[in-house]
Amino acid sequence: MTEHERKIKAEQRERFDFAVIAGWIPPGERVLDLGCGDGRLLRYLKETRDVSGYGVEIDHDSILGCLRNGVDVIQMNIDSGLSGFEDRSFNHVIISQALQTMRATEHILCEMLRVAEEAVVSFPNFAYRNNRTAIASGRMPVSEDLPYDWFDTPNVRFFTIADFEELCARLGIEIRERLAFDELGRPVADDPNLNGSLAFYRLGRRA
Amino acid sequence: MSAENSVGCVTPQTVHFNGPLRLRSGAVLPAFELAYETYGTLNAARSNAVLVCHALSGSHHVAGCYADDPENIGWWDNLIGPGKPLDTNTFFVVGVNNLGGCYGSTGPLSINPETGRRYGAAFPLVMVEDWVAAQARLADHLGIDTWAAVIGGSLGGMQALEWSLQFPDRIRHALVIASAPKLTAQNIAFNEVARQAILSDPDFHDGYYADHGVIPVKGLRLARMVGHITYLSDSQMAEKFGRQLRHGQHRFSYDIDFEIESYLHHQGNKFAGFFDANTYLMTTKALDYFDPAYDYQGNLAAALARAKARFFVASFTTDWRFAPARSREIVFALLHNRLRVVYAEIDCDAGHDSFLLDDKHYHAVLRAYLENIVV
Repeated sequence: MTEHERKIKAEQRERFDFAVIAGWIPPGERVLDLGCGDGRLLRYLKETRDVSGYGVEIDHDSILGCLRNGVDVIQMNIDSGLSGFEDRSFNHVIISQALQTMRATEHILCEMLRVAEEAVVSFPNFAYRNNRTAIASGRMPVSEDLPYDWFDTPNVRFFTIADFEELCARLGIEIRERLAFDELGRPVADDPNLNGSLAFYRLGRRA
Repeated sequence: MSAENSVGCVTPQTVHFNGPLRLRSGAVLPAFELAYETYGTLNAARSNAVLVCHALSGSHHVAGCYADDPENIGWWDNLIGPGKPLDTNTFFVVGVNNLGGCYGSTGPLSINPETGRRYGAAFPLVMVEDWVAAQARLADHLGIDTWAAVIGGSLGGMQALEWSLQFPDRIRHALVIASAPKLTAQNIAFNEVARQAILSDPDFHDGYYADHGVIPVKGLRLARMVGHITYLSDSQMAEKFGRQLRHGQHRFSYDIDFEIESYLHHQGNKFAGFFDANTYLMTTKALDYFDPAYDYQGNLAAALARAKARFFVASFTTDWRFAPARSREIVFALLHNRLRVVYAEIDCDAGHDSFLLDDKHYHAVLRAYLENIVV
């Protein structure tokens, strides 16, 4: 695959991820995107769902990227919580492939469902078949959804679909919808913890 | 000054306003003058005007230089000019010396028409709200109904915030940099030390020093020395001066031993040579009293409910005078009101003074925000 093809593929894949998330965001909502990177997802949601809202990001270059994407961004460290954000001040809070880069996992999940009615979370499934194969052959996995070498990965929490769902149960978080996809972006129904490379969740507080 | 990207030689102007201005203190100024400068061209739609508000010791001379004084470069020249982040090819930029100032606007050094002598201490205390009200008269004079943006650092940022509250329909973007929604006890404490330095100077003469032909130089010098300590970060002071000795050895006297002492004396002397003591006193009081939440039981979110502007808020990690947490207070009060805001927390070693520097990332962020403003 040439560099150009790789780039096209990455863009297609990103569009696909965005579309999955957008499918859960009704038009005109107020959203908060945690770990929003350069704001591309929020920009997409503004363009396709007419949402309003903010990104939250810690990285300096990403702040600049958000500005260039016309996205309102607040520079702060989410690991220290969302204090300052008021209860239920957003319809949806999103954390797109960023939860695994943050340390205070439990705290962030609880905070997300304090500031918004629902949370949308996506993350790479560490127990995906190919990742298991890599580990079994003695190497850390590198894939479409875990594209980093072990020594330069921003990820600090490595977890699986099964792990995540167990934590949600313990925290009183209701899983309202789950979608899993393999590396080619095909939806996975059978044994997602084995066959899903990327997982998407729509979460709420258990009534 | 590099001629490249400079607005070049500029000419200060003065405008006289005849209508009375009722001040927050209850006092009334029957008439007043404001000194100002402009850079760039006001477009036909009059939609590209940006007001730059100055901080404690600033003036209307924000960019460029004077033909007869080429070394006198505007205090925010690194930001403003053709092709610079606040691009005068796009924007019509206005700098103004605040009411009560000592650079040409009516202030304690002006002649009191009632007495024929300089106002001195008789000049009424002018607050942030009053500065903004006076700036609105200047906007009227220039034919500017709505500012594309009002920008300021520190006390200047407070004016940008105040603009969004006092004239919510006359400002589209407020850029509030290295600022705070009100002073802390610690901030006020430093200001009080500075004021006492001036008030206790035997040459102060209850504020009528001009009548005695003297200047409370010692007090001004001390006030500025205290101020400068709060403008710099501990780490920057350590890096710049450390414990370096002026004469290479301990001299066991009260003369200047350490380089930091020399620096503070230099800054104090320089300042005392040009700044007016009454203006300094008044300006520190304006800082102390500024608190938009005061009439809302301390609820800043309620105070900001009037605002309609979009906000850019920025702080600097090493600024302990107006620390990032102070800027975050503004940000969260804006979020409560569902106002649009961008907040950047910039890594810069220079403490409070960072807002005046041309840190690469800081200016890139400002440029990116300003480029999004539709004119």
